[in-house]
Amino acid sequence: MTARLLLAAVLCAATLAETLQAQVIHRQRSMYSTILIDQRGDVICLQFSVRSDQRNQSCMDTRRPQKMVLAYTRMMMAGLLLVPEPTSVLMIGMGGGTIPTVLAELYPDAAIDVVEIDPAVVAVAEQFFAFEATPNMRVITLDGRVFAKRAALNDSAYDLILLDAFNGDYIPEHLTTMEFLSEVRSLMKPGAVAVANTFAVSQLYHHESTTYQGVFGDFLNLKTSASANRVILAVNGPLPDNTTMRSRAAALDPSLRVYDVRLRDFVRQMSRKPDWDTTARPLTDQYSPANLLRNR
Amino acid sequence: MNLTIYSLAFLGGFTIMSLELLGGRMMQPYFGSSVYVWGSIITIFMLSLSLGYLWGGRLSLRAPTLGKFGAIFLIAAVTMYPLVYLAEPTMELIFRAIEDPRYGSLVASGILFVVPTVILGIISPYSVRLLVETTERAGQVAGRLYFVSTLGSALGTLATSFYFVLWFEMNTIVTLLTIALLIMGALGIVLQRWSGP
Repeated sequence: MTARLLLAAVLCAATLAETLQAQVIHRQRSMYSTILIDQRGDVICLQFSVRSDQRNQSCMDTRRPQKMVLAYTRMMMAGLLLVPEPTSVLMIGMGGGTIPTVLAELYPDAAIDVVEIDPAVVAVAEQFFAFEATPNMRVITLDGRVFAKRAALNDSAYDLILLDAFNGDYIPEHLTTMEFLSEVRSLMKPGAVAVANTFAVSQLYHHESTTYQGVFGDFLNLKTSASANRVILAVNGPLPDNTTMRSRAAALDPSLRVYDVRLRDFVRQMSRKPDWDTTARPLTDQYSPANLLRNR
Repeated sequence: MNLTIYSLAFLGGFTIMSLELLGGRMMQPYFGSSVYVWGSIITIFMLSLSLGYLWGGRLSLRAPTLGKFGAIFLIAAVTMYPLVYLAEPTMELIFRAIEDPRYGSLVASGILFVVPTVILGIISPYSVRLLVETTERAGQVAGRLYFVSTLGSALGTLATSFYFVLWFEMNTIVTLLTIALLIMGALGIVLQRWSGP
């Protein structure tokens, strides 16, 4: 009996492993990276790497395309706890375009600027991830830093800014510095929020924390067990209290269910207390070895 | 005497590549980290070095000495150091004036790096002239000098990208390079005085 059960379990595991075996369905070398798309069951994922099984940038469940598959994309939606009705959104780093697509569905009247350095990524998002720019959406192919600097000169302002610019495991170092974040802050309306996807591990965690602290003061720190990412929520103004955020979560969660997002969990998981080395040197344009620090 | 000239050639090679790497990083906040930013900086460095070689060859015709050779390093230091103060305001102006980051980065690297890199380019042909004693050995001397200065370039690249950017601010690295050029240039001049006319 036990042997039969064991055999069944082994067979079951083998079948599962087979169906979960990733198949590479698209591979392309662009000017900035190697774009790889693989499929595992119904889920297709975008990676910026040569081999499969590296860090996923974007994933989509083809049976339930609205579902936000990757934990960090769901975590970035926590920005809505601080700005529940965004009217102008800036997203730097597009990936498969999951987040701008969701925001455009939720807020059809919001103006959304998506800045992506690599035109090949935009094409792949359209071809494989059903990304389609809405009339209120602009997709701008430009370096995020160059866009931010130019937008600051033009007095642009947003109430929700999402920062998610990575190239595989490579971090664009000029998008990690206090100067960059100050430019981002100058693009934020009063009370606006900047939501940044960052690394939860390595020396870089400490340095990024003191860098954000230096520009924004106290921020909300969101870490979940489902993700090796840490999402920083920095406000251009005072931070709201948990009661306010809980009531916002209660109001928003029903409409977010279809995306698999539960904001009330995030309210619980957010921290306001520094759990990093507060003496870590902040990153500046003069000192920004983010990729070297990530390996320490 | 020969050892000093080889050391100076090594330092010249080291400084050129360290500065080139720093130059690319300095421009990223204004023009991004795209391939064309590196394209701009490499173009300007190559162009400047080629002019420096030409100029260095001409200078080597006029009674070359170790003292004059040392003076070239002092001039390189003096033209490089202002980057610490001028790089940011210059790039700020160019960023406002030129929308296309390709031409912005090309103009910025032209304004910031042509002068010190031309001066650093003088070093190679001038050092060949100082060391060559006979026609038969000219090729061997040139080969050794290229070896030493290119080795300096390799180490300058490695040290800057692996370690200096982790330890120091970029302005500190430029300052350290300046100090090294000043000390070694002064050494050349002192040795010249010391060994007579």
